[in-house]
Amino acid sequence: MTITERLPVTRRGQALGLVAAAAVWFAMYQLNEHLWDWVLYDAFGMDPAARVTETIHFFLYDTIKIALLLVIIIFAVTFLRSYMSVERTRAMLGGKREGVGNFMAASLGVVTPFCSCSAVPAFIGFVAAGVPLGVTFSFLIASPMVNEIAIGMLLTLFGVKITAIYIGSGLLIAITAGWTIGRLHLERWVEPFVFNTTLHGQVLDPAAGLTFDDRVSMSIEEVATVLRKIWPYLLVGIGLGAVIHGWVPTEFFTTYAGPGSTFGVLIAVGLGIPLYSNAAGIMPMIQALYEKGLPMGTLLAFMMAVVALSLPELILLRRVLKPQLLAVFVAVVGSGIVAVGYLFNALLAT
Amino acid sequence: MIIKVLGPGCTNCKNLERVTNEAITSLGIQATIEKVEDYPTIAAYGIMSTPALVVDEKVVVYGRVPKVAEIRALLETANA
Repeated sequence: MTITERLPVTRRGQALGLVAAAAVWFAMYQLNEHLWDWVLYDAFGMDPAARVTETIHFFLYDTIKIALLLVIIIFAVTFLRSYMSVERTRAMLGGKREGVGNFMAASLGVVTPFCSCSAVPAFIGFVAAGVPLGVTFSFLIASPMVNEIAIGMLLTLFGVKITAIYIGSGLLIAITAGWTIGRLHLERWVEPFVFNTTLHGQVLDPAAGLTFDDRVSMSIEEVATVLRKIWPYLLVGIGLGAVIHGWVPTEFFTTYAGPGSTFGVLIAVGLGIPLYSNAAGIMPMIQALYEKGLPMGTLLAFMMAVVALSLPELILLRRVLKPQLLAVFVAVVGSGIVAVGYLFNALLAT
Repeated sequence: MIIKVLGPGCTNCKNLERVTNEAITSLGIQATIEKVEDYPTIAAYGIMSTPALVVDEKVVVYGRVPKVAEIRALLETANA
């Protein structure tokens, strides 16, 4: 039986189940740190100041903490997003001119459920419905760049201000990059078949007709699916974060790549573009690097470079975009990210 | 009955194919499953979210992987 087939079906059973789940979650979250303190320092008698202890503690503590956060975030986001769909977004964007269209597309890109494997059909669908090329790009850029898991994690780890900066700059880059690409009139670098596609029949909307119970079971299953899919990335990310936490000297990065550094952001983005990870796996590294003095602007730039431009997505997009347009895409988005990195290093340092 | 599973080959597409196979076997009907991975063809069906299930040229499910029971019901209606 799947998870959702095992859930209580009466309203009373569901309410009780929800309360019980919330209680368990809170208990685990609060006790997490104390548990590992006890296990490592008391039960195993390890020295709290030793690097090895620090590393192991970070790894265990962060794994539980991030897993718990992911459960809540994925559930909430999937539930809320079940009200939106790519089809609805397209209907809203069709016929909107550039400028306004870019802004709407970027904002919708953040809230619309979108898997990168659907990037190509979505692209084709948008263009076939008459959404301008630049506006389509704003959507395609915003969607992975302003990642809901990243938002949830940043909120918990760094607070509202940093999260707002992340969302704001992600949207800004998506809007500007999309608009720029639109202005360059690069239609000749889109594979011709895209413009020749006619849509047959009626396009249906996966968001229509879902009941509350449907949305809840969808959300629960999504939590299970995502966790199953990303746990290797998560462990690698936490592992690296743990090593940085335990072994890199504090203030290491302030010396070599502090806010005034010339190349810090460029290097961060240069490393981030070819790397592929999901937002949850990157977070523990971001946290550890921040502790060691790497400025927030550089960190945000690194994170955006990793999640917004991924090799798998570029390979997929090659089916609809000619190499020149792919290059322009990477260059424009990359420059935007670099600009944001330097800008926020300067702003946050004052 | 001609059944097509549309999708570029990601995990969800394979899941849809598997679940559809289960439904077909459990119903005991005669049907072949064709995998369509070619983007122009997929797009022509008006699909923007993969994977999708097409039965006798009609799109019945798209954007998600439904449970076996739901596919069974869809196939039974289509067969009638």
